Amino acid sequence: MAWARKILRVNLTKGTCADEALNMDWAQKYLGQRGLATKYLTEEIDPKVDPLSPDNKMIMATGPLTGTCASTAGRYSVITKGALTGAIACSNSGGFFGNEMKNAGYDMIIFEGKSPSPVYLFVQDGSAQLLDAADYWGQSCWTTEEGIKEKHGDPLLRVASIGVSGEKGVKFACIVNDMDRAAGRSGVGTVMGSKNLKAVAIRGTLGVKVDDASRFVDAVAAGKSVLAENAVTGQGLPAFGTQVLMNVINESGALPTRNHLDAQFDGANNISAEAMAEPRASDGKPNLLTNAACFGCTIACGRVSTVERTHYTVKDRPEYHVASGGLEYEAAWALGAATGIDDLNALTFANFICNEQGLDPISFGATVGAAMELFEDGTITTKETGGIELKFGSAEALTTLVELCGKGEGFGAEIGLGSKLLCEKYGRPELSMSVKGQEFPAYDSRGIQGMGLAYATSNRGACHLRGYTVASEILGIPEKTDPLVTDGKAGLVKAFQDATAVVDSAGICVFTTFAWSMDDIAPQIDAACEGDWSVENCMAAGERIWNLERKFNLDAGFVGKDDNLPARLLKDAAKTGPAKGKTNGLDIMLPEYYAARGWTVEGIPSNETLDRVAL
Amino acid sequence: MQKSLSIDPAKCTGCLQCELACSYDNEGVFNPSKSRIKVFNFHDQGRFVPYTCTQCDEAWCLHACPVDAISLDASTGAKIVSDQLCVGCKVCTIACPFGTINYNQSTGKVIKCDLCEGDPECAKACPTDAITFVDANWTGLEKMRAWAAKTDSSVQAGA
Repeated sequence: MAWARKILRVNLTKGTCADEALNMDWAQKYLGQRGLATKYLTEEIDPKVDPLSPDNKMIMATGPLTGTCASTAGRYSVITKGALTGAIACSNSGGFFGNEMKNAGYDMIIFEGKSPSPVYLFVQDGSAQLLDAADYWGQSCWTTEEGIKEKHGDPLLRVASIGVSGEKGVKFACIVNDMDRAAGRSGVGTVMGSKNLKAVAIRGTLGVKVDDASRFVDAVAAGKSVLAENAVTGQGLPAFGTQVLMNVINESGALPTRNHLDAQFDGANNISAEAMAEPRASDGKPNLLTNAACFGCTIACGRVSTVERTHYTVKDRPEYHVASGGLEYEAAWALGAATGIDDLNALTFANFICNEQGLDPISFGATVGAAMELFEDGTITTKETGGIELKFGSAEALTTLVELCGKGEGFGAEIGLGSKLLCEKYGRPELSMSVKGQEFPAYDSRGIQGMGLAYATSNRGACHLRGYTVASEILGIPEKTDPLVTDGKAGLVKAFQDATAVVDSAGICVFTTFAWSMDDIAPQIDAACEGDWSVENCMAAGERIWNLERKFNLDAGFVGKDDNLPARLLKDAAKTGPAKGKTNGLDIMLPEYYAARGWTVEGIPSNETLDRVAL
Repeated sequence: MQKSLSIDPAKCTGCLQCELACSYDNEGVFNPSKSRIKVFNFHDQGRFVPYTCTQCDEAWCLHACPVDAISLDASTGAKIVSDQLCVGCKVCTIACPFGTINYNQSTGKVIKCDLCEGDPECAKACPTDAITFVDANWTGLEKMRAWAAKTDSSVQAGA
């Protein structure tokens, strides 16, 4: 129980949909969602496959807790070989799509092959069919979601779709469900587009059972109390969202600014949570309308915002005079600080377009930041940009490019290459602020040393959600460590990485870990699932999953040298703030990390380690 | 003394914990599609509104039922559907002006809120107090208190 014990296998080449039993032996080793789908992927594809070839597969997967009343238990992930990185990709999304998949009777959906023409998958309570998507191809995620609900006459359908960006091969296209929640990173939407799969629409009414219901309800109630009483999950996140971090990280000297040229942004306060709550001159209303929850979430960190109607981006476009998903910290940073732009309305508008057209705002904003540096130093000119004055701080450049990139047109198509290919194309690969082809998120690793190691070793390329040592180094969770030193960071990164792998495999949100330790999480999994899910066994599964992902990447051709950071972070010291004079000490941390993991000096899991983690 | 569900949409975050609790209590599984309370998400307006039966005194559903399957629980004021008597004719679903009694395909009966024998699970599960269970005569008490708190008494004091 908790697992639906059933997989839907969709062969897009043949146009077939077939049920098969979930491999319960694997479920006992890899739990679900991220871990279990990675096991299926590694068993079924050649790691060297071109991510955009029909031989790559894409898995939408729920966790065993998805659809239950555990707080935040509505998550699903998309697991594939990433279009942006060529590494294992696992992008996690909230909203209400994951629980609908579980309620329709499926733990996961495996997509293989490529459809000869655009299709969408329609699933209802254990039955599935591929339907013609000609009406939606070329349409945005928003139009597609509304159109499919209208066509089927069912407003209760949950839809996940790609925008035009995913159709056109933008490398960081994402999959958007429920209008403004996304499986955002690594180009999972690009893979979906390469398969001619426009959308997945699901309606499920079968219900989700758990193994030991009364113990589960008690464990869940205890967990909810911990979230409610914690200052971050009970007060900070509902009131300010993740944007609570903008001023905090800036003051810590770790807010990457203008393509990491600086580590502090003088416009940070203008794009912060505080600014979002400030009444505007034109209408007296703040940018932030309300907070919102994903399925089952008792934190409710989501932002619902509006763009000021007098703003140049929307004044003649009433279709954007609506409330929609507002700025989260990562998006506000990428669209704002990374580009040197502090126009809150422009960032909110750009965020709307990212949701509407299915763009990862982190990679998009960071790539625009890299392009701005190329422009400012004269490597590219208005000739290449199609007339856009691509200067740091130009809101007009950002809002023009987000629409072009969303449609894969003009210079927007070049932004859609991602910063690595873009900077390589113009002979300046050193200007791409990325690891394994994926752009950094919103923490400068000169000011938060552990994050440098977390980025360098993240299995999906630079990412804050694989090992969020910011929690310890800045927020003091579970205990405070000094962000400016490398001591102890190897063990810290490993512990965060393994624990996060469990959370991502269970069906719950990683934000619970601001308050929850494995002591809070394991009892919920253990009550819901058959088998022994003690704290120790959960952490062992987390380490196993991490090594499995690592093995995939090594088999795909990555080597230890790819666990690296751009020279800017290793050689150019931060100019201001608490980290002034600091570079990242990756050279010290990485060997310690390999040793802590039981990997060779080349970063390869030793045979003893593989035995120990039962791989 | 009877109590009523009191709903304050401004406090709702749309998390659906109420639907999960309702379906678990009534069906033994987590299944929002079988919930007696439903949260509506008006996405373009950023509004979430929980909606369920208000237990009308002169209940349209009760009067419309041709087989007297709906009865009053005098202790809670809830209108209760008897699964033994209900024939699934759905006349009550037509009669109810608010749409809060609905047909359940898997049982062939109608389902509606029964106030969980006077201890509603939805109210207990709501993390933001958007749904509370309060004195039936004073469902407006918290709103009155909020407005009362805004009353400027300094004018009177200074007069």
